[in-house]
Amino acid sequence: MGLQAYLTLAALVFCIGLFGTVTRRNTVGILLGVELMLNAVNINLVAFSRFRGSDIGMVFTLFAICITVAEVALGLAIVILLFRTRRSATADQIDWLKG
Amino acid sequence: MTGNPVALALIALLLPAASFLVIGVLPPLRRSGKPAAWFSIACMVASLAAAVAAWIAWHQPGAEPIRAVSEWLPSVHGPFATVGVLVDSTSTTMLLLVTLVASLVQIYSTCYLSDEPNPALGRYYALQSLFAFSMMGVVLAPNLLQLFVCWELVGVCSCLLIGYWYTKPEAARAALKAFWTTKAGDVGLLIGIVLLQRATGTFDLVELRHLAEANQIPLAGLSLITFCIYMGAAGKSAQFPLHVWLPDAMEGPTPVSALIHAATMVTAGVYLLTRTEWLFALTPNVLAIVAWNGAFTALLAAVLACVQTDIKRVLAYSTVSQLGYMMAAIGAGFAGAGFLHLLTHGIFKALLFLGAGAVIHAVGSNDVADMGGLARKMPQTAIVFLVGTLSLAGIPLFAGFASKEEVLGSVWAGGFHVPFVMLLFAAFLTAFYMFRVVFLAFFAAPTSAVVTPAQAGDSHDTAHHGHGVGSRAHAHDAPFLMTGPLWVLAIMAMAIGVTFLVRPPHAEFEAPAWLTPAAVLVALSGIALAWLTYQRRTISAETLAGVFAPIRRAALAKFWLDDFYLFLYRSVLLVFSRAIGWIDRYLVDGLLNVVSAWTLDGGDRLRRIQTGKVQDYVWAVGLGLLALMAWIGVAW
Repeated sequence: MGLQAYLTLAALVFCIGLFGTVTRRNTVGILLGVELMLNAVNINLVAFSRFRGSDIGMVFTLFAICITVAEVALGLAIVILLFRTRRSATADQIDWLKG
Repeated sequence: MTGNPVALALIALLLPAASFLVIGVLPPLRRSGKPAAWFSIACMVASLAAAVAAWIAWHQPGAEPIRAVSEWLPSVHGPFATVGVLVDSTSTTMLLLVTLVASLVQIYSTCYLSDEPNPALGRYYALQSLFAFSMMGVVLAPNLLQLFVCWELVGVCSCLLIGYWYTKPEAARAALKAFWTTKAGDVGLLIGIVLLQRATGTFDLVELRHLAEANQIPLAGLSLITFCIYMGAAGKSAQFPLHVWLPDAMEGPTPVSALIHAATMVTAGVYLLTRTEWLFALTPNVLAIVAWNGAFTALLAAVLACVQTDIKRVLAYSTVSQLGYMMAAIGAGFAGAGFLHLLTHGIFKALLFLGAGAVIHAVGSNDVADMGGLARKMPQTAIVFLVGTLSLAGIPLFAGFASKEEVLGSVWAGGFHVPFVMLLFAAFLTAFYMFRVVFLAFFAAPTSAVVTPAQAGDSHDTAHHGHGVGSRAHAHDAPFLMTGPLWVLAIMAMAIGVTFLVRPPHAEFEAPAWLTPAAVLVALSGIALAWLTYQRRTISAETLAGVFAPIRRAALAKFWLDDFYLFLYRSVLLVFSRAIGWIDRYLVDGLLNVVSAWTLDGGDRLRRIQTGKVQDYVWAVGLGLLALMAWIGVAW
C-alpha cells in the first residue's frame, strides 16, 4: 500500500472526529471526537516518517500521544466539575461566555 | 577696606528670599504676625547693609562691570542660559534704592497695618520679602531670561499685594486688572527676548553689549525686537495706552503703593530700557516712539491728576506722569538722565505715598475734601509732605529739581522740541495738582462736613484697618515707626537736592542756558495758580472748571480709555470667544460624539455572534479552515 492510502485513512478519521466534535451533545463525546482528530494527525506523522525514511515523525508522535493523555485527563476533570456544578454535561447548556 | 561686591550683592539678593521661605514654610511663624514682620524687617535691613557695602565695594577707581554666573540650562555649545548677578554702577545704585525703600516701607507697615489680623500680616510680610527678592533679581539679572523670570515674579507679587484685601471686590478686580494689563506688555517682552536670542544667539547682557559695540547685531528686524521689549517696559512702567492699571492699583495698602507702584516695580520698565540703551540706540525710530509716547503719557496723566479728589489717585497719576518723563529722556537718547530721575523720583514719591498714608491713617478717608487744615494737627507729616511735593514740582534745593531739569534738557538736546513743550506744560500741571492737594489737605479751611464713621467706611483702605476711623478733628501725627521712615526719606530728598545744587550731576549734553529759569518759572506759576485757587480763593475753582469744562469732563471719564477697553472686551473678545466655544461644543465635540456612537452601535451588533457555545466556535474554526484552503487553492 502506498502513502496515499494512509493519508486517506487519516483524513477519514479526522473528518469523523470533527463531525463528532461538532454534533455530539454530550461533552464526553466531544472529547472522544477530539481524540480521533489527534490520532488522525498521528497517523499522518507516522506515515510520512515511514515513507520518507526519517525518524523525527515517530518522535513527534510519541510526544503527541503523551500530550493527548494529559489533555484527556484535564478534559475529563473539567467535565466532572461541570457536571458537579450544573448537574448536566450537555454542551448546549454551557454558554456562560455568551456575549 | 572693601569686600567682594559680588558676594555682597548675592547676600543682599538672597536674604529676602530666605525670609520669604522661612515665613512661607513655617505656618506658626506666619500666623503669628508681628514676629514674622520683625523677622522680615531684620532680613531686609541686613540686605540694605549688604547693598550699601556692595555699592561701596564696587565704586572703586577703575571698576569694571563684574558678571558672576553659573550654568542653568546646558546645551551643546556652552550653556543656553545662566543665572547669576551682574554688578555694575547702575545695578548697585538701583539696589540701594530698592533695599532702602523696601526697608523703610516694611518698618512703616508694622504700624500702618497694626490692626490687621495676624495671619494676614504674616502673609503681607511674606509677599513683601518675595517682592524684594524678585525686584533685586530684576536689578541684578545678568541676562534677559533671568530678568524676565524675576520680572514676572514682581508682577505676581504686585497682583497679590494689590489684592491684599481680597474680600473687597474693587481690590480683587484691581489686582486682576493690573496683572492682565502688564501681562499684555509682558507677552511683547517675551517675544522680543526670544527674537533677540534667535538673532544673536545669546541672552547675556554683557555679550549683547559687546556685539552691539562691534556692530555685529543684525539690524534687519531689530526695530521689531526693540519695540517688543519696549512693550514690556510700557506695561510695567504704565505708559499710554497700558497705564490704566496703575491708578486702580491704589486699592492696595498705601505702603504697597509706595514701594511697588511708585518707587520700584513700576520703574522696572525704565530700568530695563536703561539696561539696554545700547540696543535701542541702534533703532532710532523706536527711540522716537519711546520719547513721544513718554511725553504724551506725562501730559495725559498730569491732566488726569488735576481732576482727581482721591489723594492716592493724584499720586498714582503723578507717578504715571513722572514715568513718562523718564521714558522721554531715554527716548531722547540720554538714558542717564532718565535713570537719575528714576532714583530721585523713587525717594520723593515713596515719601509722598507714605505721607499720604499717614494722613489717611489719621483722617480715615482718601478724599482731599475730607481733609483740610491738617498742617496744625499733623505738623511733622505736613512738613515731610511739603518736602516731597516741592521735590516733585522741581523746586531748587529739592531732589526732583536737578533730575527733572536733566530730563527736560536731554529731551531738548535730543531734538524733540514738541515733546519738550509737552513736558514743560506737564511740569506746570505737576506743580499745580500737587499744590492743590497740599493746600486742600493741609492748609486751606476744610471744605466738607466732618466725616462720619459711615462715610469713612466707604473710603478706600481705612475701612479695613479701623484705627484711623476718626476724623479731621482728632487727627494727629503718626507714631514714630511711621514718621521715622518719613523723616529719613525727607532728609534724603533734601540732601540729594542740596548736593546737586552744589555739584550738578554730570550731563551728557549741552542744556540751553534759559532752561533752568524756564523750568523754575513754570513750577512757580503752577504753585501760584494752585495758591490763588485753593488757598486765597481769588480764582474760583468752579470758574476754572467751567473754563476747561470739555477737558475736565474727558479727564473725569479717564479719556474713555477704560470704557474703550471694556468695549473691546465685551464686543470683540467675548463675541470671538463665544464663537470659538460654539465651534468646540458643536463641531469638534459633535464629530467625536458621532464616531463614538457608531462604535457603540457596531459593538452591540457584533456582540450577538458570541454565543458562548463551544461547538459554534468549532464550526467557525472548521469553516474558516475550509475557506482558507479554498482560497489557497484558487490562488494557486
